[in-house]
Amino acid sequence: MRIFLYILQKEFIQIFRNKAMLPIIFVLPLFQLLVLAFAATFEVKRIDMAVVDNDRSTSSTQLINRIGNNPIFHVNYIVNSQDEAEKLMRGNKIDLALCIPRDFDKKLNTKTNPDVQILVDAIVGNAAQLGSGYLSSIIMDFNKEILIQKADGQNGNAINVVSRYVYNTELNYKIYMAPGILVILITVVGMMLGGMNLVREKELGTIEQINVTPIQKWQLIGGKLIPFLFIGLFELAFGLTLAHIVFGMPMRGSLVTLFGATSVYLILVLSIGLFISTISETQQQVTFGGFFFIMIFVMMSGLFTPVESMPMWAQYMDRVNPLYYFVKIMRGIILKGASLNDISKEFYTMLIFGAAVFSLAVARYRKRN
Amino acid sequence: MDKAIVVKDMVKKFGDFVANDHLNFEVEQGEIFGFLGANGAGKTTAIRILCGLSKPTSGKLTVAGYDIYKETEQIKKHIGYMSQKFSLYEDLTINENIRFYGSIYGIPIKERKERTRNMLNRLELTEYANERIGSLPLGWKQKLAFSIAILHRPKIVFLDEPTGGVDPVTRRQFWNLIYEAAEKGITVFVTTHYMDEAEYCNRVSIMSEGKIVDLDTPQKLKEKYNVQNMDEVFLRIARGEN
Repeated sequence: MRIFLYILQKEFIQIFRNKAMLPIIFVLPLFQLLVLAFAATFEVKRIDMAVVDNDRSTSSTQLINRIGNNPIFHVNYIVNSQDEAEKLMRGNKIDLALCIPRDFDKKLNTKTNPDVQILVDAIVGNAAQLGSGYLSSIIMDFNKEILIQKADGQNGNAINVVSRYVYNTELNYKIYMAPGILVILITVVGMMLGGMNLVREKELGTIEQINVTPIQKWQLIGGKLIPFLFIGLFELAFGLTLAHIVFGMPMRGSLVTLFGATSVYLILVLSIGLFISTISETQQQVTFGGFFFIMIFVMMSGLFTPVESMPMWAQYMDRVNPLYYFVKIMRGIILKGASLNDISKEFYTMLIFGAAVFSLAVARYRKRN
Repeated sequence: MDKAIVVKDMVKKFGDFVANDHLNFEVEQGEIFGFLGANGAGKTTAIRILCGLSKPTSGKLTVAGYDIYKETEQIKKHIGYMSQKFSLYEDLTINENIRFYGSIYGIPIKERKERTRNMLNRLELTEYANERIGSLPLGWKQKLAFSIAILHRPKIVFLDEPTGGVDPVTRRQFWNLIYEAAEKGITVFVTTHYMDEAEYCNRVSIMSEGKIVDLDTPQKLKEKYNVQNMDEVFLRIARGEN
């Protein structure tokens, strides 16, 4: 054990002597949080639209005004045909078009529901869907009011559904994204730095001098893991503080639980990186191998798209994705105040995976080849 | 253990290429054993196998009395190795390198400090103890690498072209260090292609194309080939004039 402490001492000295380390530790989290939290947003801020008004009636004008009053929708064009609207959409002038039929006013007055059509530019996918959703609800509200008016208040008890958002009451996506970006940050530190460090010794040839000593393999691999575990935890602390100051991100759970879970996660991803480095000869190979896994892990983590909307086979595959567990844990602890009990399944799964992959990396390392 | 190294029928193949072709030799304890040969003759391959960095394809080998297949970690406690490529940590200071290697070999702290002091005195490097190794001249680095390789007082030290690229004065000083180590009872296994260095060895083996062509004391080899120095012995063998 004393030997292991000397090995750690050597690794720490070398890491902090490396001039590239300081920017990695401080600038990376700063940049990622400040830029990504604003860029990676699902928020719909502005939707440009056209209305094909075939009715030109009081009711249709009322509806258009109603839509125009909403801060998101900008009714920039009133056109006469659907062809014109499609042309505008092709030219990326609008995201949405609303077609009001000729008999709109008449149908409203006879209490039969008129059909309006919404054309959606699905290339902008997410924004379009949300936009058409908002628009539908505006039209429905409008429709309901008309019906109530026509019934002279007799039928004024139409059902109103009111949704209440919990945990992120203002639907602030920056608060929702910030824990996710911290996850990516910690993942990159974990996957890349440890592995790169080991393979760098292979490239320099210093590993040979180590391999002729009676050093034990777990000491060598552990010596490459522990320092970056601390750096990862430091990044988390730094990132949390930053996100709190800049976005007002809350911290609803226990910090001890959060740092405990992050340590387990870091051991897992560092072991994956170190495993890759035991089968690589150059930093180039480690970088490629590491990024291959980071890409897959991040894309399938539920950070950007809900895991529940993936096909079943992909959801089963996700059971071995460390990020799948860690994203849940981070959002759970930070935003919902989850306790260790709430996240115990994810926590212990990561713990088992971590122990397994670390053993694998140690077993795979060859002092003699 | 009576022999420091015993090698019987050692073969090392890389695919179809035979780097070591049935090598047979023994090295006595306390001996300075020169392992000569042209570039690509298979010296480094052999030395890497003896140090436990590479597996032989076949053959029976013991180093410091331990079997090379089964007791690798035992061997590692009792050998020192200095590779052809300088491989101490250039971003660490002299003291930090010594502390690191000293602790891996489990030298007690007090003992390590004592040995470090003596070693730096001997090399006249005491005032540079806190300099990073990367900033030192090559000759100093080589002497330092050798001294660190024997810091844990191994039974055998393997030196792979330790004086490559070093000036004649420093080479001379380096060989003085080797003699001092041998006097303390450390067996020295050294590869080189400087033939004047071969004269300093107790016995030398000469390799060519993966085979050991001859093995004897420098004196006997010169008599056998009827020449004045080892340089000529080497040239005779290289030209295939047996």
